[in-house]
Amino acid sequence: MLGYTITQWLFGILSFLSIMFALMVVFSRNPVNSVLYLVLTFFCIAGHYLLLNAQFLAVVHIVVYAGAIMVLFLFVIMLMDLNHDNEPQKTWVTKIIAGIAGGMLLCVLVGSLKGSEQLGISQYGSSQIGMVKNLGKVLFSEFLFPFEIASILLLAALVGSIMIGKKEIK
Amino acid sequence: MINGISINYYLLLSAVLFIIGAVGVMARRNSIIIFMCIELMLNAVNLLLVAFSTLHNDASGQVFVFFIMAVAAAEVAVGLAILSMIYRNVKTIDTDILSNLKN
Repeated sequence: MLGYTITQWLFGILSFLSIMFALMVVFSRNPVNSVLYLVLTFFCIAGHYLLLNAQFLAVVHIVVYAGAIMVLFLFVIMLMDLNHDNEPQKTWVTKIIAGIAGGMLLCVLVGSLKGSEQLGISQYGSSQIGMVKNLGKVLFSEFLFPFEIASILLLAALVGSIMIGKKEIK
Repeated sequence: MINGISINYYLLLSAVLFIIGAVGVMARRNSIIIFMCIELMLNAVNLLLVAFSTLHNDASGQVFVFFIMAVAAAEVAVGLAILSMIYRNVKTIDTDILSNLKN
């Protein structure tokens, strides 16, 4: 098919879809629609992880982001009753300035990446590092201490969000 | 090249996603949308970390992404708790109205 392999076709389609959905996140008026488009973006990024042979991260990404974080967002939006299309917008000047700033940042990034054609070593073939077995070994040997610290961080976030979120007792 | 895809395409895709998130942070007034755009920026960086980890055949990058996901979950929990508290007190989460902390 036009000299491209299946992987390249999949990469192109997934990239296009993820950029489209990301744009829809920013431009849709209704916050609920934004959340749903962000879920679709996350599914596309999970597809990219699968293309990169990172199965474990793809599954964790779907479970954590699309399953947990986005549901939390939806809950908060519903609780705050923000399911309206006519929320106040920034002025056009601010939007245009934001677009120009983003475009200039894109120009700087692309310009700086343009010079670096060959980036480091290139590995061919399918790598097995993204599998659960391999990643688990690395996670529980080399990164054991950060893993435990992450559990403390999650506990602290849990306690902190309950403390912040509860009604004040007087 | 990763499975026939140059790393430069991953760099470009991540840059575009990151910038969409940054523009969203600058152009929207709803705090929750700003939060979601920050998530988008985090995910752009995650994608690039995974791409480079596959390129260099090094699992550290993917472990990093795992930790970033854990930190993002904690951040979202605390942030949304703060937002709901603000909404309870001020009845809005509009950033132009919440521009000063002491109201």
